Amino acid sequence: MSAALPIALDELELDALTELVNLGISQAAHSLAEMAREEVTLTVPQVRMVPRDEAIRIISEREHSKLVAVHQVFRGDITGRALLIFPEAQSFELVRAVVGGDMPIDEIIELEQEALAETGNIMLNGCLATIANHLQRSLTISLPEILHGESREFFDLEPPPPPGDLVMFIYINFALRHRNINGYIAMLLDMPSMTALKALLKAYIGRVAGDVLAG
Amino acid sequence: MKTVSRYTILIVDDSKLARMAVNKALNTLYPEWERLEAANAEEAVAAVKQAAPDVALLDFNMPGRDDLALAAQLREANPKMAVAVLSANRQQQIVDRTSAAGATFLAKPITEAALGQFLKAVVQDMESRP
Repeated sequence: MSAALPIALDELELDALTELVNLGISQAAHSLAEMAREEVTLTVPQVRMVPRDEAIRIISEREHSKLVAVHQVFRGDITGRALLIFPEAQSFELVRAVVGGDMPIDEIIELEQEALAETGNIMLNGCLATIANHLQRSLTISLPEILHGESREFFDLEPPPPPGDLVMFIYINFALRHRNINGYIAMLLDMPSMTALKALLKAYIGRVAGDVLAG
Repeated sequence: MKTVSRYTILIVDDSKLARMAVNKALNTLYPEWERLEAANAEEAVAAVKQAAPDVALLDFNMPGRDDLALAAQLREANPKMAVAVLSANRQQQIVDRTSAAGATFLAKPITEAALGQFLKAVVQDMESRP
């Protein structure tokens, strides 16, 4: 069972957030497909809001090998960290799938970090920018940074996170060139950002559903 | 005087908010139409078999199902029904496969103008049938 969250989204707010994440990920798939010159399928089976400890637990229970993450910080009405996380063993596959094609292996190895940062940047920016645009807010997003380690380390980055942090936890399925890669996007939000997100989602729902909402 | 035709439209989307957005547009475009909603593929198939809607709008990103396969299955159950597939994923391959499945591609988030244009064409087509 999940622990009760200090600030919870109601069903329609979570639905709206999931729609926005799906729009963002579709946008990212489009960009990656242009890069890869092949169809990219990116799907989001689930979006959840969980406490930070639970996010750490979910990943460490499912993934037993070392992990790699693309990390970006975003600032604005909503401030936090975004992480694209997947098993280290799959990062090479991911890069190969995206830049792959005819490129020789040694060149791919050389490009791995750069391509990984670029791929992560496309996916995280796709999500963040789409969410921000639809919520009619702007965000500044830092350059991508690659991290290697375990899930706890990713969620304990300096400066020390406040204890009440929540994580928007997004499961990602990524399919390209007959490769299937599963990963996660985690967005860490502190309490004021979570409060702001809830209010912005409420306003967004009002704009999208309008008079239907009352009925 | 122009007679108002009353058609039935099926909205298939796992997101309640997305269905609300389509309903909002329909309130302006065709308030008199009968609306059916389905939150998953099974409900969509059942609705098509039971009510034989004239138009279906399908969300492309529903989990657990190849949505174009669903579009084909719905059309098979009701060949006269016009189908649009809604997706935020504008990759050419997806647009092409949508047309190959006999459906129209509509970009998500759906705008009232784009939905209106699609439905106008559908109405013209239905009214020109003998």
